[in-house]
Amino acid sequence: MEIDRRGLLKAAGLSLLGLVGGSVWYVISRAKLPEPSPTPKTLVGKKWGMVIDLKKCWGTDGCTDCIDVCHRVHNVPRFGNPKDEIKWIWTVPYEKAFPEHQLEFIEEDVRARPVPVLCNQCDNPPCIKYCPTKATWRREDGVVMMDYHRCIGCRYCMAGCPYGSRSFNWKNPRPFIKKINFDFPTRTKGVVEKCNFCQERLIQGLLPACVEACKERALIFGDLNDPDSDVRRILRSRHTIQRHSELGTKPKVFYVL
Amino acid sequence: MYDSGKVMAGLVIFGCLVTSPIWYNALTGKSGYIPKPKIVTDKKQCIEPKEYIRTRHKDLLKDWRESVVRKGIRTYTGSDKKRYTMSLTRTCMNCHSNKLDEFCLQCHNYMGVTNNCWDCHAYPKGT
Repeated sequence: MEIDRRGLLKAAGLSLLGLVGGSVWYVISRAKLPEPSPTPKTLVGKKWGMVIDLKKCWGTDGCTDCIDVCHRVHNVPRFGNPKDEIKWIWTVPYEKAFPEHQLEFIEEDVRARPVPVLCNQCDNPPCIKYCPTKATWRREDGVVMMDYHRCIGCRYCMAGCPYGSRSFNWKNPRPFIKKINFDFPTRTKGVVEKCNFCQERLIQGLLPACVEACKERALIFGDLNDPDSDVRRILRSRHTIQRHSELGTKPKVFYVL
Repeated sequence: MYDSGKVMAGLVIFGCLVTSPIWYNALTGKSGYIPKPKIVTDKKQCIEPKEYIRTRHKDLLKDWRESVVRKGIRTYTGSDKKRYTMSLTRTCMNCHSNKLDEFCLQCHNYMGVTNNCWDCHAYPKGT
């Protein structure tokens, strides 16, 4: 059989179509999944922020309500040694939280007072720039989120965070959780975790767990873009400080004294 | 062909060795069964038709994951316009709660599929 160039090309094209046509059609003909939709209850904010009133916080000595509730609802393990410690919200002495505010003649007991610290949910977060897998990113509402599915445990974000707000799971945390909250996943060995501003609660129309748990109402949460919100009211009327604001990270957790 | 006897014998031995896992499984009955995932629930219908779930539950779960974690959207509207919360532990495991080994692992083991969902996602044991 004689075959010319034209005939060969036609035959080759048709054979190729026959080979891949079926699978291509299978891929493009598959039904699209329906689009998800938000619920009407979801708290919507343009830029979530928090104010911590230290005078109120120091009202009760030795209170750890915010820490306890946060670590309980988020399945934060307790390893019992500082090397493996996982922290979402914790306290540090005033002089460690605000080293740049050290005044020589500051009241002696203020230096050692516990300051609750958590992820500052920076507006310009250094951690997300370091993440090679985009496992951490800044949401539209300003919350710096973690996707544990994507985290490869390289810990660059921990090196990037000037606040030490990120913790690494050196061991499987499951056995070190007293009582697992089944509404929130635990983490696994080899991922980094941190405070998520309770985004899982905001969706359900609830305030962050620490804010709700504080008896002294020392934690105030709200939308920084809304001029009538509680946080904005306090920011207007009182002098606030931020942790390491000189670094340009634009923290969204403010402290008032 | 030189040494055709040796070559043919070699080929036969090679063929036997290569296909030995198939023979092994067939003779020991390891793959001679059909996986039967057990469903213990009073519900009549999964969130999508059975055929769809069977072939594409993995895509659905992946889409849920992306939606919840990355978009912050947690409500799923099924093809029958019913709404569900996108939650592996709360929605899926509500019906398929009869231990993993009776449901998920039935097929996953048969197909040699491993996943690590349960390293992090927890659900009450024995419910």
